[in-house]
Amino acid sequence: MATEGLHENETLASLKSEAESLKGRLEEERAKLHDVELHQVAERVEPLGQFVMKTRRTLKGHGNKVLCMDWCKDKRRIVSSSQDGKVIVWDSFTTNKEHAVTMPCTWVMACAYAPSGCAIACGGLDNKCSVYPLTFDKNENMAAKKKSVAMHTNYLSACSFTNSDMQILTASGDGTCALWDVESGQLLQSFHGHGADVLCLDLAPSETGNTFVSGGCDKKAMVWDMRSGQCIQSFETHESDINSVRYYPSGDAFASGSDDATCRLYDLRADREVAIYSKESIIFGASSVDFSLSGRLLFAGYNDYTINVWDVLKGSRVSILFGHENRVCTLRVSPDGTAFCSGSWDHTLRIWA
Amino acid sequence: MAQDMTEKELLKMELDQLKKEVKNERQMISKTGKELKDYIESMAAEDPLLKGVPEDKNPFKEKGGCIIS
Repeated sequence: MATEGLHENETLASLKSEAESLKGRLEEERAKLHDVELHQVAERVEPLGQFVMKTRRTLKGHGNKVLCMDWCKDKRRIVSSSQDGKVIVWDSFTTNKEHAVTMPCTWVMACAYAPSGCAIACGGLDNKCSVYPLTFDKNENMAAKKKSVAMHTNYLSACSFTNSDMQILTASGDGTCALWDVESGQLLQSFHGHGADVLCLDLAPSETGNTFVSGGCDKKAMVWDMRSGQCIQSFETHESDINSVRYYPSGDAFASGSDDATCRLYDLRADREVAIYSKESIIFGASSVDFSLSGRLLFAGYNDYTINVWDVLKGSRVSILFGHENRVCTLRVSPDGTAFCSGSWDHTLRIWA
Repeated sequence: MAQDMTEKELLKMELDQLKKEVKNERQMISKTGKELKDYIESMAAEDPLLKGVPEDKNPFKEKGGCIIS
């Protein structure tokens, strides 16, 4: 009926204007604490010298685009996953492949190493996250021991074990994140709030408590309380999809990389964005970010095949690394900070130090 | 799931979230920024990628030979 239609539109419009005015208020509250810029706080910090970082190892073996990688806590093993459905575990010192499994789906967009080093998790277009125990018995078929843990209603974009092998956190194209019990496959908590696909997540360093951050196609980064399922804080300053989020080592901030060609730093206690890492010459999306051990350097992989190294405090770029022959889509610093690994659509992974 | 929600439902979800966030406690950047900087300075000496590690100490630096005798 005509009158009902009018009522519908009114409510939608009034909701929109209420949201706009709340966003305005939130901005005002945040602005009150914006007394200095981060780079001003860091004015007297010594500038960084020349960096010489080179590819030290190239891991070849994937038959198609590498989509994701993760380090084992032993600081040497790496798991990587690819568009062709293959998941490989490497010894990064020797470049030997230790395990390989073929998933029943293509585009394995997420993979993670279990804290014990005894299992890996992965998933993608199958909408699931599955756990594979790693065995050194040459006669055992890795795929036979597969355990399906998470079920989403759209693709799996990211996964991470929590502090133990017992729980996995997932992010999905269905717009939600979820926490699962590995043994039973039970859903322990779900996180609703993103208005579109969730593309990435990162767990807070264990000392900081039970929170994690997620980023999505709705341009929002959201910080969640794992126990209650509530969103604690959210940030919407990027102009496009957020492809990667990573906590600052102290847990008091996090960085993001986006299709808007910028990386940004969000201070959780000031509750705002405090730095933008960008240059006019950088026009391709940032796909993946990670901090060096101290948090001084931010490594970011881009769709223009390069890796840019940023001075987190001063906001300037300190180095640009060439080598990959296609998009860099995943990047992680090793657990002890001695090197970082990048994965690319050029089918390879590179270790840099 | 986000895809199954109507525009109105998405807006309501966003509104509820914003109402909560306006009440969050916040601190001055002069304080929190300094703490970020202090953290870095306390950890900088231990950061291998920042300070550099001698070639013989870093397992990735030289793909050296390993002789098993």
